[in-house]
Amino acid sequence: MIALNRKTIIVLIILLLGIVVVSWYSQTAKQQEYRILTISTTTSLYDTGLLEEAIAPAFKEKTGIVIRFIPKGTGAAIQDAKNGLADAIIVHARNKEVKFMEEGYGVNRKVIAYNFFVVVGPKDDPAGIRGLNPVEALKKMVEAGRAGKAVWVSRDDGSGTNTKEVVLWEMAGFDYNEIKNEKWFRCTGTGMGKTLLYTNNIRAYTLSDIGTYLKYYKDGLIDLDVSVDKGEELINIYSIIVVNPKKFDKDFEGAMILVEWLVSDGQKIIGEYGVDKYGRPLFYPIVDILEKGSGTLFDWIVKYGFIDDNGVMTECPKKYRYKADTVFFE
Amino acid sequence: MTEYIIKGIQHAFYLIFTANPDVIEITLRSIKVSGMAILLTTLWGLPVGIILGISNFFGKNIIKGFFNGLLGIPTVVLGLILYLMLVPAGPLGFLGLIYTEMGISLGQAILITPIIVSFVANSIELVENDIKELAMTLGAGRIEASLAVIREAIGGVMLAMIAAFNRAVAELGIAIVIGGNIFVKDSALNTRVLTTAIQMYTTRGEIDIAIALGIILLSITFIVSIISNIIQSKLT
Repeated sequence: MIALNRKTIIVLIILLLGIVVVSWYSQTAKQQEYRILTISTTTSLYDTGLLEEAIAPAFKEKTGIVIRFIPKGTGAAIQDAKNGLADAIIVHARNKEVKFMEEGYGVNRKVIAYNFFVVVGPKDDPAGIRGLNPVEALKKMVEAGRAGKAVWVSRDDGSGTNTKEVVLWEMAGFDYNEIKNEKWFRCTGTGMGKTLLYTNNIRAYTLSDIGTYLKYYKDGLIDLDVSVDKGEELINIYSIIVVNPKKFDKDFEGAMILVEWLVSDGQKIIGEYGVDKYGRPLFYPIVDILEKGSGTLFDWIVKYGFIDDNGVMTECPKKYRYKADTVFFE
Repeated sequence: MTEYIIKGIQHAFYLIFTANPDVIEITLRSIKVSGMAILLTTLWGLPVGIILGISNFFGKNIIKGFFNGLLGIPTVVLGLILYLMLVPAGPLGFLGLIYTEMGISLGQAILITPIIVSFVANSIELVENDIKELAMTLGAGRIEASLAVIREAIGGVMLAMIAAFNRAVAELGIAIVIGGNIFVKDSALNTRVLTTAIQMYTTRGEIDIAIALGIILLSITFIVSIISNIIQSKLT
């Protein structure tokens, strides 16, 4: 039996305390040793692996700064930043981004990449929407749904994809909050990957970003087809917003280094990611198009990704710019 | 139909036996984080448990009831509460614990505090009367008698710690909310542990690595339980 007198107890307690203090110290020491950026972001970017497999290592190699990505939906990512958790956010829901900046939490918004949303559904296309434009397709979807022929799945999680879906329903003339209570309309309340798996299981339709869809399709996890992929309404624009240094004492300079890198060297990495595995990029670099300043894609990006600043369309209105040497596209 | 399961399991064993560095790292982190949680809990749970077991005072049963009630606290709720406390804008934000290994340890330590307190208090109470009287009749003072009781109850204390470890290492709610499942290769700041990794790889569809981690987690809890059984049989 262990001898247990007062002396041993005291020694044991001191030992325990010692271990705890040392581990605690080494934890904080680690944090000081590295320069760390915490970036809250969307699941659609994260689930493809672009952030942690391509961007984080390349950025660390170039600058020595470690990035921690916290994958959540766009809504939750913004909430994280409002709680002072993030140095910057990478998201894709323009109206939420504007609100985030309006409330004074974010500055220096830059668009960094784009791709397209797709409506995916079963191969036999029970709703008969293949090849239609998004608005027509959704109208037909409602008909088919009410007739009991097809089911629609929505993420309903306040994410960027979900925000896009709400807008698309609006364009088709339906109120999302009403229509989501109908019987053929199912809400998962979860990330893109899980929602795709669910949709696949019940042979339904859903709106997905092309990146996550391609990854899941090529990995053989789902056999849903792309039903609708044509239409400017489906463009999906990702942007980074730096947390306002006046609001929280975060690493503003570090976040700006990341912004600069994303719109310069990072563009190539974004454009190349996934090509070897999926035969095509999952995300497209955006800066070249903006520099060219014309063309259909440029018009779409301006229309769906820029913000109105007293009649001038810009990626970041003047009042939300802060100590930035960056050129903002207008 | 079930081919992908068999393939997944095959590849899982391949990952385990070739000591895949990611798998090893995540496994070691799980053990480290939950082990730390046990140490932390011991600091405050053990004294509270001993006091509750040895002494008699007004309201003791209420406190014991309180800790018993907390035994089944849902981990996500605890995670949520801790998140609200630990975010930089929150009251404990200055600790800088959110999205760190130490943050998860702290959360798990709070989670298992009721287990330690209840187990320790109960096992002490079980032996208290007999031993105390015996010690007193043999001429021991109050403190010596109490020490004798604790010595007899030490097996129960170890069991409590083992049960607590299993609860900590297997929980997901706190690890995902406070840890954030962060993983960047070669970074010293990762917080991905077994449970969060299994969750993520399953939704990502990388079934083989999810199965590998699942097998490891099961083995850990299994081995720990076996050790607990051995201790128990040695005691009786």
